[in-house]
Amino acid sequence: MDLITVSGPPSSGKTAVLMKTITNFLDRGIKVGVVKFDCLFTDDDIYFEKLGIPVRKGLSGSLCPDHYFVSNIEEVVQWGIEQKVDLLITESAGLCNRCSPYIKNIKAVCVIDNLSGINTPKKIGPMLKSADIVVITKGDIVSQAEREVYTMKVQSVNPKAIIMHVNGLNGQGAFELSTLIYDETKNITTLEGEKLRYPMPAALCSYCLGETRIGKDHQMGNVRKINLSGKNG
Amino acid sequence: MDKNTLLSISIGDLFLKHPYTKDFFIDHLIPFEGHENYSITKLFEVIDEEVIEDKAINIELFINNILEYIELMSSYFVSEKVVENKVSIFPGTYKDGTPENFEMIEINKGEIISIVGPTGSGKSRLLADIEWAANADTPTKRKVLINGRVLEPHERFSASNKLVAQLSQNMNFVMDLTVEEFLVLHATSRMVEDIDDMVNKIFIKANELAGEGFSKDTPITELSGGQSRALMIADTAILSKSPIILIDEIENAGIDRKKALELLVTEEKIVLMSTHDPILALMGDKRIIINNGGIEKIMDTTPEERNILTELESLDDTMMKMRNKLRYGKKLTFKEDL
Repeated sequence: MDLITVSGPPSSGKTAVLMKTITNFLDRGIKVGVVKFDCLFTDDDIYFEKLGIPVRKGLSGSLCPDHYFVSNIEEVVQWGIEQKVDLLITESAGLCNRCSPYIKNIKAVCVIDNLSGINTPKKIGPMLKSADIVVITKGDIVSQAEREVYTMKVQSVNPKAIIMHVNGLNGQGAFELSTLIYDETKNITTLEGEKLRYPMPAALCSYCLGETRIGKDHQMGNVRKINLSGKNG
Repeated sequence: MDKNTLLSISIGDLFLKHPYTKDFFIDHLIPFEGHENYSITKLFEVIDEEVIEDKAINIELFINNILEYIELMSSYFVSEKVVENKVSIFPGTYKDGTPENFEMIEINKGEIISIVGPTGSGKSRLLADIEWAANADTPTKRKVLINGRVLEPHERFSASNKLVAQLSQNMNFVMDLTVEEFLVLHATSRMVEDIDDMVNKIFIKANELAGEGFSKDTPITELSGGQSRALMIADTAILSKSPIILIDEIENAGIDRKKALELLVTEEKIVLMSTHDPILALMGDKRIIINNGGIEKIMDTTPEERNILTELESLDDTMMKMRNKLRYGKKLTFKEDL
């Protein structure tokens, strides 16, 4: 079984791109499974189910979704193996733009969209900068020039990645993407001992533990204060 | 530049040698200010561990990426890529698997090909096959050669040397910029040397194409549909590196479509235009007819059709005149207007 991790900001088109890409896999007789990670709510599993493939979803609830992801990925891999899929895809939203659930030696795909603003590539951290493939969506509704400029911006923060344009609505580019992400020679049996590409942000403060009250008296642990005296807070 | 050189020369010297690397440092949130006389190795020794963690800096990734970036950017400066001047399409199959019935379609630079066929017939798939330089590995099994050869994998994935630029009907500007700022941004990203000259050239052309003129300080999001399309076409024709332009309809308002196509042809682009409009369809040198996912046939525009096109254009002109009269509160009469 091969495994790929897909992540990207909310509403960037991850699910739409994956649906079109998976359809191409199914046409070629490749068995695909999906595990969708989200925070509070998702009904994307229903969409994936419509393709007739095995799907599971994991909601992190009050936990950081990427921490939740990495705490569960080994179990997810074992589930995929049980389901006898050829390719297991995990999909997760990069909610704070800082995290990335990418694992060394596992193909990492980041999905971002043309509408998200010219400085977005700079704002997204390791999720974009350490991806192997960057998929840019919503290219059908912005001008050619903006697409070119946006692509350049992505390239300047991640010159190594293959950058692809995929239209999540009509599937243009999805077939091509499907040829890039699946490696049939890969046989992953466990992720035990593998490592994340980049450490997730450290946080253990009173709010992590359920504190709701505001004010210094209620704050303990890893707390940092904003600097409002200078310009570069 | 090799890794050892990169790590040992001062950051200031690096910026002098490859000016674009400064932006790369900025984009990766590397705090280099005040340390320009340090080498990269020394810089990372003095940056606080906490800062590295805070800015999510991955030192190893940063160093590998900057090497890659320098190589990539240098390749832009070395040579403009060999100009593609020929696209050849070899047959694949219809949706149901029956083989397409044509030998080969050859499209040369400066040529306009229209693509016609009912909605959902497979026009987008044909455009996608060309964009991807299909090598019998797409659902249609078509083969597309560029300058008579199959593209190497790295050429197909190259983000900076994209073969195809696209102009479709529902494209809009989304950036909060004026016309001038927008053109400067695009020209800068394309490493143009004389930016002012380039911006002027595109601005003047776009105004020639647009029915109603606009100024350089108009926000691009406030341009009318026709003005936007005019600016997009002028910009794509003159500034985009892609040798092939795929157009999905040009609406019949606020833009001189004939001049727009002429501009693309004089800029030596290969133009493929999918359309339902007879005027646009007949402006092509050839037209490809698509049905059930396959290319049904390829037809040359006949001399008779060219004459019909002239008639159609004069009808179109009549419509335009009426439109303008109505817009300015005038009455239409049979005698004057038809």
